[in-house]
Amino acid sequence: MIPEIGHFALILALSLAICQGVMPLLGAHRGDDALMAVARPAARGHCVFVIIAFACLAWSFLSDDFSVLYVANHSQLALPDVYKFSAVWGAHEGSLLLWILILSVWTVAVGRYSRSMPESFSARVLGVLGLLSCGFMLFTLLTSNPFERYLPAPQDGADLNPLLQDPGLAIHPPILYTGYVGFSVAFAFAVAAMLSGHLDRRWARWTRPWTTWAWLFLTVGIALGSWWAYYELGWGGWWFWDPVENASFMPWLAGTALIHSLAVTEKRGLFKSWTLLLAISAFSLSLLGTFLVRSGILVSVHAFATDPARGLFILAFLGIVIGGALALYAWRAPALDSDAGFKPLSRETFLLLNNVLLVIAATLILFGTLAPLIADVMKAGKISVGAPWFEIAFAIPMLPLLLLIGVGMHTAWRSQDWPVLAAQLKMPALFAIIAGLALPALVYGRFGGLVTVGAIAAFWIMAVALIQPLRSLRRPPGTPAITRAALGMSIAHLGVGFFVLGVSIVQAFNVEEDLRMTPGQSVEVAGFTFELRELRNLQGPNFQALEGEVEIRKNGKYIGELRPQKRTYLVQQSPMTEAGILASLNRDLFVALGDPLGDGAWSVRVQYKPMIRLIWLGALIMALGGLLAASDRRYQFAKGAVKSTEKSALGEKVA
Amino acid sequence: MRPRQQRALALGLAAAGLAIAAIFSLRAFEENMMFFVDISDVVQGNYPSDRNFRVGGLVVEGSVVREVGELDIEFTLTDLDQQLIVSYGGILPDLFREGQGIIAHGRLNDEGIFVADTVLAKHDEQYMPPEVAESLAGHGAANEAAEGQRATDE
Repeated sequence: MIPEIGHFALILALSLAICQGVMPLLGAHRGDDALMAVARPAARGHCVFVIIAFACLAWSFLSDDFSVLYVANHSQLALPDVYKFSAVWGAHEGSLLLWILILSVWTVAVGRYSRSMPESFSARVLGVLGLLSCGFMLFTLLTSNPFERYLPAPQDGADLNPLLQDPGLAIHPPILYTGYVGFSVAFAFAVAAMLSGHLDRRWARWTRPWTTWAWLFLTVGIALGSWWAYYELGWGGWWFWDPVENASFMPWLAGTALIHSLAVTEKRGLFKSWTLLLAISAFSLSLLGTFLVRSGILVSVHAFATDPARGLFILAFLGIVIGGALALYAWRAPALDSDAGFKPLSRETFLLLNNVLLVIAATLILFGTLAPLIADVMKAGKISVGAPWFEIAFAIPMLPLLLLIGVGMHTAWRSQDWPVLAAQLKMPALFAIIAGLALPALVYGRFGGLVTVGAIAAFWIMAVALIQPLRSLRRPPGTPAITRAALGMSIAHLGVGFFVLGVSIVQAFNVEEDLRMTPGQSVEVAGFTFELRELRNLQGPNFQALEGEVEIRKNGKYIGELRPQKRTYLVQQSPMTEAGILASLNRDLFVALGDPLGDGAWSVRVQYKPMIRLIWLGALIMALGGLLAASDRRYQFAKGAVKSTEKSALGEKVA
Repeated sequence: MRPRQQRALALGLAAAGLAIAAIFSLRAFEENMMFFVDISDVVQGNYPSDRNFRVGGLVVEGSVVREVGELDIEFTLTDLDQQLIVSYGGILPDLFREGQGIIAHGRLNDEGIFVADTVLAKHDEQYMPPEVAESLAGHGAANEAAEGQRATDE
């Protein structure tokens, strides 16, 4: 009964989404207030029914209703309740439902906080979001219904993939999707602007906070995914340039470019058509990511689901959304550009460079991700593109970008005097060079080409990012403090610095050894002594495990103890490596059990990972910067008096 | 700058940047891309001899040999037509087991043994890498493995 209620609720949500998609757009076109007024109630109703559908699926999981095929395939009686709940989005059908839920929540939020915008504009935004939701709900209902029955019901389910039975992966998809789906809001704003043929600085001011919110969720989501891969895939890598990772990273790059381009559009009314194009790209890349992941056409360590029919549907959907948006763009964008000017040495130029470099990076990654597919279609053989290529290709545009960030941040809009700028940047540059040369040499005892360049770039960005906040702290009394938006920018760039430092150090000084160990034996890796004290059996709720007890000492001094496990999940009989990780800010010590070698010995992977925490810490600091910037008072949605003047602006435009 | 100059600057920068990035990355691409070669082709000598490539197939039941106490391992991989011996010196992925479809990266040594530097098995044990499924279907005709793959699709 409950699954059917969920199914019907989803159908009702689809009907409401159709109303939300069609009527307000028609109303905005005709200037019909009554039709436009449908947008918000329809969005709220749509959201309520999606929540009901989602709750029904969650209930089916929690009550072990194995007569539902999706539940039977992805749950099990002994699965802990937390994972029964997170199993809702553990596979294809449910993760689509999660996607739809998040989209409808974003839509309701846009409806709520768009009251200061002209009615025709918010109606168009909500209409576009409604149409997108229709596409996803049709996809779910037609090709991937999570409520499908499976009769007679089995006694027990097939269990959730053991890799997903982990807190990191329980929260990673919702956060990542919130970011992915959030770019649909920027997309809807762009389409609404093109439909109305009207784009001004106010448009950029409305769009910015939404884009920044989406971006910061995506940042956290990607960081969580990387962290999860690090400890759960078992082998200590933090980024694999896997198609699924690239699928989330490309929208991030496009979104980062969009945030910067929006700044120019808001402050100076420039780059309008470019901003629109980026808004379209960021969301298109999110959709493309879904296509790549869900169709399973790429060789990927993540490809769980493979189904050509689904792929075809998404491809068609992708064609309609991207093709439609680009056609609209070709028609409307040329009329939008303004004629304000700027000098070559100005913030506009640097933000332009930022955009160019980020777009190049995204393009290269897109190329590398699609190359195997293209080669296969063209019968040029089955190829794969290794991580080393991605590293090189990504570094080419990123290194100049890292150097330019520092200059761009301190350059004025319109025109900047070079001597003034140079005087300001001299000290940070000097500091960066000295610190960048000294750190690898003094702390790790050797120089290295790439690590030095990376460390210099990292210290450079950290130093320049701190100039403004420090100046604000020491400002003369009575002068205004740094704005939240500017502080957010500084913090986000500081995060970039931490991230780059972490990557540089861990790539250069990482130590990884595969060793043979018997209980009682100890080995030495990177100056630490690892002693395998004993191996013992352990019983988990739905798995059995062999647990090792590894004691770590440095120069005879006790540092800590690790308990790496080799688990066997009972239902699927699948083995899983749970690494033991001793984390601290300056280094991680990592032990994972490999295979039994026959004579009581085990193969063990021992790793020393200096400063790897800075990678995720840097990403979190970036997101914190985004949070500060998005919550700046400038973007507090105006009420009262301002509202009425903007309403009258609507009157003019409609008339 | 006036709008037309702005556009020219933007386009010029983008073109120059893309050109540089394209030159460097294409050169690197040549070096870093790996071909997937069917085991039958490897056995017949049709493989790139100067670079790494990928092979994939089923691990033959009972073929996994490990010297007691050593990390090094040898196993036989088959496309259901020909067989290839693979040697590997690292820790195997969790889902590596006999009868399972796997992919290995590496190159052939003088004795005709494929020396792997990476062995990949999929997270999902029912899952078959698409190249392997195709290679098996091509050589062993539409046999169990391919059917098994189709069954998982449904």
